[in-house]
Amino acid sequence: MSISSNIDSGPPELQVPQRPTLSARMSGPGPASQIWNWIGVLPFFTFAVLFLILPTACLMVGAFQDARGHFTLVNFRDLFQGGVLDAYWISFKVSAASAIGGAAIGSLLAWAAVQGKLPEWIRPTLMTFSGVASNFAGVPLAFAFICTLGRLGLVTVLLKKYVGVNLYSTGFSVLSFSGLTLTYLYFQIPLMVLIVTPALDGLKREWREACDCLGGTAYHYWRYVALPVLWPSVLGATLLLFANSFGAVATAYALTGSSLNMVTILLYAQIRGDVLHNQNLGYALALGMILVTGLSNGGYIWLRARSERGRK
Amino acid sequence: MKAQSRFGAWLAIIVGSMYFLIPLLATFEFSLRMRRGTYSFDAYSVVLADPRFQASFGYSIMMALLTIVVGVLLVVPTAYWVQLRLPKLRPIIEFITLLPLVIPAIVIVFGYLRLYNSSSILPLTGNSRATDVLLLLGYVTLSLPYMYRSVDAGLRAVDVRSLTEAAECLGAGWSTILFKVIFPNIRSGILSGAFLTFAVVIGEFTLASLLDRPAFGPYLQLIGANRAYEPSALAIIAFVITWASMGLIQIFGSARASGRQKS
Repeated sequence: MSISSNIDSGPPELQVPQRPTLSARMSGPGPASQIWNWIGVLPFFTFAVLFLILPTACLMVGAFQDARGHFTLVNFRDLFQGGVLDAYWISFKVSAASAIGGAAIGSLLAWAAVQGKLPEWIRPTLMTFSGVASNFAGVPLAFAFICTLGRLGLVTVLLKKYVGVNLYSTGFSVLSFSGLTLTYLYFQIPLMVLIVTPALDGLKREWREACDCLGGTAYHYWRYVALPVLWPSVLGATLLLFANSFGAVATAYALTGSSLNMVTILLYAQIRGDVLHNQNLGYALALGMILVTGLSNGGYIWLRARSERGRK
Repeated sequence: MKAQSRFGAWLAIIVGSMYFLIPLLATFEFSLRMRRGTYSFDAYSVVLADPRFQASFGYSIMMALLTIVVGVLLVVPTAYWVQLRLPKLRPIIEFITLLPLVIPAIVIVFGYLRLYNSSSILPLTGNSRATDVLLLLGYVTLSLPYMYRSVDAGLRAVDVRSLTEAAECLGAGWSTILFKVIFPNIRSGILSGAFLTFAVVIGEFTLASLLDRPAFGPYLQLIGANRAYEPSALAIIAFVITWASMGLIQIFGSARASGRQKS
């Protein structure tokens, strides 16, 4: 996921004036060279169609069909039956909580490293660690949190021994909603740090000084200067975090087995062994996931374009 | 007021580091507890000696390396060609390479199972060799966003057009241009894409598990469900691998930056 760190860093494209280059002349003028041009990207498009677009399209079509292949909307009506709707709701809650929490804490950490006047070494250390932690997801992350907050986990045991708090008697469990959210934060916070740091870098020191000179307080600075500049980046990144956790399978599966009824786990079980007793309902489930992650990613791309426009 | 803001920043960093370091410490501590009453590396030796660990880890390393090779061969010529001849196509290619982040992996593999099942035209799930190929191509798909972005950033930093024309003037064919001129010039971009791909593929669970291949991710999950101390040792090993991949990206990234300053 650390790809997002270099999303904003690409230099502007070199504007090379269109002139008859040597290479264009060598491959012959006119339509022949046009065809030759397109042949160069043919392998990529063939690959993308076969292994990305067709499989997804195939599910989308399947979502609108019944078992015999006739057109129907019944699958979507079935999405709203008890178990499936619950699964969407739990996935939504975990994703929203970990996205909002990750965005808030991640921004705070990035702010501390960028604007907090801390020693020089803090920032590169935080960025490197974020690169690692945002990629440390899946099954090993689940193990780490079982060792920490599970029934015999280090923190659980230490709290019981020295503070006298029994986490598990308060109803907490690492397998529950709060445990899962806490686990997801482990890769959500670093991802947020990576995305939001360039935006925080864009806040110029002079703005703060200008605000101070004009008699503004910290509240005025944040309310009228920093937040209006930052909000598209922060909100966009929150949407990206949401999509990121909505589609995650491995962490949740390794942590909770099938005890928590989430969309990805339901879909996983469906693919393994038709638990919904209707293959096409599975396709509708998948289409629902694409819609949710697609919408939030679309929101991210739109807001990112907006914040880049604002920076120019 | 200044001191107050610095205090807040320190507090944020300290609480943040605690949240990130305690699970690692706890995992490490737990992994040492296999022998009763004393700390030992028993869990690690048990794990490393497990033939299933060796087999699945070897399989995943093989898969990661093949994914990198296929990914580089697919992405570099395409990105080069787009930069040189079809700059108008760049937004479309960029959009396609971002799709694997939009479409969850579980949905992609569900599509594979429907499209390439044993009764289809291209029955890639028919036998295990063909399924390996499908898994490999699935991994190439998952790594597209990382690979394309790293390579594209590398290509933007060099003057592709001049390099190509210079090579053509000297009589180089297209394979010479691509492998002897373009590849060396964007080596650090390719390498950082490669290490990211490696980190993503090595512990990948969803695709391998649903295509039923003996990779490291499903093995981790299986051990997690059945053993007590081995999973924590495996988690530490996985963390070290991720850390190594990211560290290598940093090293090659900074080598590139300092090399450019010198020139």
